[in-house]
Amino acid sequence: MYGKGLRNLSFATVAALAVSLSLVFFYAPLDADQGFVQKIFYLHVPLAIVALVGFVIGGVFAILHLRSGEARWDAHSYVSIHISVIFGVAVLITGSIWAKASWGHWWVWDEPTLVSFLIVFLMYATYYPFRYAIEDRERQARYASVFAIVAGAFVPLNFIAVRMAQTLVHPRVFATADGGLPGSMMLTFLASLLAIGLLWATLVRFELTAKSASGQLKRLRRALDAPAPGDASRIAPEVG
Amino acid sequence: MASLLASAPALPLDEAGKYVAGAYVVFLVLVVVYVAIMAAKLQRIERELRELAGFAEQRNEESKRERVTLDV
Repeated sequence: MYGKGLRNLSFATVAALAVSLSLVFFYAPLDADQGFVQKIFYLHVPLAIVALVGFVIGGVFAILHLRSGEARWDAHSYVSIHISVIFGVAVLITGSIWAKASWGHWWVWDEPTLVSFLIVFLMYATYYPFRYAIEDRERQARYASVFAIVAGAFVPLNFIAVRMAQTLVHPRVFATADGGLPGSMMLTFLASLLAIGLLWATLVRFELTAKSASGQLKRLRRALDAPAPGDASRIAPEVG
Repeated sequence: MASLLASAPALPLDEAGKYVAGAYVVFLVLVVVYVAIMAAKLQRIERELRELAGFAEQRNEESKRERVTLDV
């Protein structure tokens, strides 16, 4: 069921990534201030936006799970958070590389944007031990949903708080008083954002399809009363 | 493709270039590692499915044999 449309989504993602990379390296002009290093911006910022939105989406799926009690929404929430955490790792690494090239330091502890993202990332990193510490599947799903909702609500609050902070060492390129990106850079950025968003959606769909297949397999095994394989003990939610 | 590359501006792969290349390579590696892990999971599912199909066929054969014995 989840595999439907996955192939088209994958092709669209590959095409969007190819277009965005072409725009980044062959169309977008060099930044007058930062030079070539600014090209990292077209990867780092979309990854950060998509990861944060993904965390919020995970919270929305968790609300649907608590409202309906359907296990598939728990799986959606889990997978959304899982892919967003992977994107979060990429955000932290690409951000550190940019910081080293631009500031000469891998990390700056008194910069609110960096530290707040790290806090959000570490908070979601605790989602896994929190979830797997509970053995009962239903209780595990319920508690994980509560976690996803509370953490998901924290993400936009955290974002607003950081925007209001006075220390602005980290570059601000949107909604600033002295203007934002020029047209060609904005077009490239939006193409990159679309490509990374599509990649997130494809990976979420891909993992949900795998979980669905695994769940159907277990159902079939139970129906046939077949012996379980040795390496089949998984705690992560499955879609039946 | 060759003409496109020829008309493209030269990339300044100096000091800054290695950082940009590093950032994009890290991203690519993360995606490839994820896809490899998922591929391993899909292989496991395929193997289990094959085992299950074998189990179902074996059970089907046994029940057929039992039916033949009862008929005799």
